[in-house]
Amino acid sequence: MRRVSLSVNGDQHELELEPRELLVYVLRERLGLTGATVGCDTSSCGSCTVLLDGESVKSCTVLGVQADGHRITTIEGLAENGALHPLQESFRTHHALQCGYCTPGMVMAAVSLLAENPRPSEAEIRHALEGNLCRCTGYQNIVRAIEAVA
Amino acid sequence: MIPAPFDYEVAESVEHAVELLGGREDAKLLAGGHSLLPVLRLRFARPALLVDIGRIEALSYVRDAGDRIAIGALTRHHDVVGAALLQEHCPLVPYAAGLIGDPQVRHRGTIGGSLAHGDPAGDLPAVLLALDGEVDVVGPEGTRTIAAAELFRGPFETALGPQEVMTEVRVPKLTGDHGWSYLKFRRRSMDWATVGVVAVVKGNGSIEEAAVGLVSMGATPLRARATEQALLAGESDPAALADDGTDPPSDTNGSAEYRRHLVRVLVRRALEEARPG
Repeated sequence: MRRVSLSVNGDQHELELEPRELLVYVLRERLGLTGATVGCDTSSCGSCTVLLDGESVKSCTVLGVQADGHRITTIEGLAENGALHPLQESFRTHHALQCGYCTPGMVMAAVSLLAENPRPSEAEIRHALEGNLCRCTGYQNIVRAIEAVA
Repeated sequence: MIPAPFDYEVAESVEHAVELLGGREDAKLLAGGHSLLPVLRLRFARPALLVDIGRIEALSYVRDAGDRIAIGALTRHHDVVGAALLQEHCPLVPYAAGLIGDPQVRHRGTIGGSLAHGDPAGDLPAVLLALDGEVDVVGPEGTRTIAAAELFRGPFETALGPQEVMTEVRVPKLTGDHGWSYLKFRRRSMDWATVGVVAVVKGNGSIEEAAVGLVSMGATPLRARATEQALLAGESDPAALADDGTDPPSDTNGSAEYRRHLVRVLVRRALEEARPG
């Protein structure tokens, strides 16, 4: 076991982790943050996307111990004072989700994109979502929702 | 899918990493983890110890090194894509790095990790090979330089010894007389290349130098030597020879025969794109 210090959504956590524990399971099973989902388990689908120091990563492909001392943001950390993040609000108003399974990952990928490129073109938005799969095929509305905030 | 248990140590420096690697049989280096962790999750590998070099910040840089650009082995793909020096002097490298995986992968994966993984379907190994680049590795005996042509030995096998750590990657500066192309054919944007083709051509009018690198056409990244020679000899259809000497795999992305056809098409297109003038 290894002692790890994680800042998750602004809260500091001191945890004893097995080195093989993947960050997504640390978030879901140790911290009860079930927003990041496990879709493919092969680093493909992006439904486990969270921010590590502000940048999107697939939390199924990061060890909890690698995140030691770093800042994690999950979908649960986006809303402030009960008000949804503008991207969350835009996903809602543009009907950018059907089953919702990929949605936390899509929103976090979009947050990461806009942090780096606040005015992306439609093509740039589509390119930025290449690591996130939606099997309801809701891409059109997802792209529209992000465009509306950009 | 959870990896089998392993021990974990954080290396504070390259020397520390070399020492840690020497302390255990079956120890593996962990950098960004985006080649290694998928393999561990599938339990294709079960190392006893992971030595995490991901916190050695001194190995993340892009520097001017005279006629070459030097890239620290732990430079993430995301940072390679954005490196102004590379954009100016060797834009092929950031272009290819920008086609690796997806943004999440590029935020974590490193150039040294990609090269040391030795995946014949990886983008950067064929790019380094076509550029005649080189890498520095540090081991118990000190530093040595390995040319790209000597680096890739087999599928997922490189010339690095079990106790060696890649520290730097160097690529030549291209000039105004150079043209280049990287074409990556894949079914989904995030996928590995079914076939990838790198072309670097030098010449104002007639062709003086030509290098063609191939992804996913054999056990290692390859050079299309017959095509290169035909180009230099001024033959009419060098791309028709692109699959000479290759041994492409058959898998879910395509049969060997399909890849042989595809590589000829892609080399033709890449040479049109790369040809100066």
